[in-house]
Amino acid sequence: MAKDDVLLEVRDLKMYFPISRGVIFQKAVGMIKAVDGVSFTIRRGETYGLVGESGCGKTTTGRSILQLYRPTAGQVIFEGQDLTKLSGEALRRMRRKMQMIFQDPYASLNPRMTVGEIIGEPLEVHGMARGKQKKERVQELLQVVGLNPYFVNRYPHEFSGGQRQRIGIARALALNPSFIVCDEPIAALDVSIRAQILNLLQDLQGKYGLTYLFISHDLSVVRHISDRVGVMYLGKLFEVADSDELYRNPLNPYTQALLSAVHIPDPAVEARRERIILTGDVPSPANPPKGCNFCTRCPVVMDVCKEVEPDLIDVENGHKVACFRVY
Amino acid sequence: MKNSAVRLPLTSSALVEAIAATEMRRQRRFNPARLIPALFGGTIVLGVALMAIFAPLLSPGDPNLQTLPDRLKPPSWMAEGRPDHFLGTDSLGRDILSRIIHGSRISLVVGVAAVLFSGSIGVPLGLLAGYFGGMVDAILARIADVQQAIPFLILAIAVVAVIGSSLANLILVLAITTWVLYFRVVRGETLSLREEEYIWAARAVGCDNWRIIWRHIFPNLLPSVIVIATLLVANMILFEAALSFLGLGLPPPTPTWGRMVSEGRDYLASAWWIPFFPGLAILITVLGINLLGDWVRDVLDPRRRISALF
Repeated sequence: MAKDDVLLEVRDLKMYFPISRGVIFQKAVGMIKAVDGVSFTIRRGETYGLVGESGCGKTTTGRSILQLYRPTAGQVIFEGQDLTKLSGEALRRMRRKMQMIFQDPYASLNPRMTVGEIIGEPLEVHGMARGKQKKERVQELLQVVGLNPYFVNRYPHEFSGGQRQRIGIARALALNPSFIVCDEPIAALDVSIRAQILNLLQDLQGKYGLTYLFISHDLSVVRHISDRVGVMYLGKLFEVADSDELYRNPLNPYTQALLSAVHIPDPAVEARRERIILTGDVPSPANPPKGCNFCTRCPVVMDVCKEVEPDLIDVENGHKVACFRVY
Repeated sequence: MKNSAVRLPLTSSALVEAIAATEMRRQRRFNPARLIPALFGGTIVLGVALMAIFAPLLSPGDPNLQTLPDRLKPPSWMAEGRPDHFLGTDSLGRDILSRIIHGSRISLVVGVAAVLFSGSIGVPLGLLAGYFGGMVDAILARIADVQQAIPFLILAIAVVAVIGSSLANLILVLAITTWVLYFRVVRGETLSLREEEYIWAARAVGCDNWRIIWRHIFPNLLPSVIVIATLLVANMILFEAALSFLGLGLPPPTPTWGRMVSEGRDYLASAWWIPFFPGLAILITVLGINLLGDWVRDVLDPRRRISALF
């Protein structure tokens, strides 16, 4: 895989949500900085893992890449086009190439539409197939995700969580996209089903040459599926590295704390695992601390961390870190 | 012992399967008892509709014929009742049964048409306000507030004073004064539905706003709309009575159920049958519409359709 074959580049992405007051004349009294200056690139055919705890802006990053939220600032360059500058029909046409798989398979399927309508909707909206042709394509997609093609006339409530997630995956595949944002696609599933869905995602990637942005808070899953991993905390990217490198040699203290929380399926190693327990809560994204966002909880905080914001700097061979301890 | 002769070697899992299979069969089996409320409601609604259509044929007499010597006669089965006035007569000696049969025309048309008209204002505006939010929502919600702050009768009087009174205007007035009921509920539900994950999924797929509103949000708030509509039919019939009583609706002596109830009110102690029978007609009609409405709601919901149809 050519290293410079970049499919998606995110440059200094910012997504702020206004906190507004007032009845008719609403005025912003503050900003929730859900994503605050995130930059990364995803190469064609790779799986980019995005990890972080709840509320750190992972999902918002995913949604603003797809322009479901219009970013406050920054650029999202997909196949050479800046998506933030597109709108209307041009943006709709780009949606054929990038799709999303959602977290909760119980919430992401309209309860009043049949499976055929749900999977067929993208085809219909983009005028790619109608009538019999559409039905055949839907049945083909059902087979691709491992479901019975005769399920087309059934409703979502007749399926289990794992089957529903397969329907969601079929919907995302309907337009033959090259890029899929997987927003915690297995977090809401039974543990026994997770492996099946992960394997399906990997099979599909091999079959169709898909590129994934895989958002998750489950570090072992991300390690398993990702080529490269970005660690987010409070709207910022703290560390980026190849998956193995990150897990072997975490440099940022936050990444270290996060990884120390992962159980190791080997009793001998598990007994030696040293847990770094963070104190305090994540600060509010409406009012992040001055300097490094992690300075309020960092076990090795220095004076400079409370004053200056660290940049994400390449320390060796693409392993990027934002931490003054490392530079 | 008697019943211990045959013992099936059921393992626990076989037992579970057997129970599950019985359960499945019980659910699948056609159960006419479940259809009783819907059939009952449907029969009532159909009956009232036929009554309204064929009123001149069914009515035993002229609803507006006054026979003053026969005034305030009780129903025919009572001591002083007359055989030609089955449900008695009112204070002007008019036949109550004839008036109820003829009154069904106005009451049903006003009730149903006003509910549909009111909904066709309130539901789209609620969808727009809830879905787009911002300025659209602020303006529409303020209009709704102002509307609700003005008492119903004062608003009705003002509208009738401007456009005059007729059947069409009566329906218009009722729609203008009640659309807010739909608007509030629809707006609230849309606000929560638009954040559902399947709406985000529809956006990601590339649906435009109109398709999302029409195909994804509207079907999901239909149950609430149906409930409001069926409850509102009764209110519309009574509102019509209130307006007609004040001379803002249809001029007397046009028979309507609402007016019969309000005219008979004064005689409640001495001649209870005057308000009682039209009141009973309203009650039965509204009950029928509600039972039918519940069934329609269930049929439209894929999760309940099976049990609603079989």
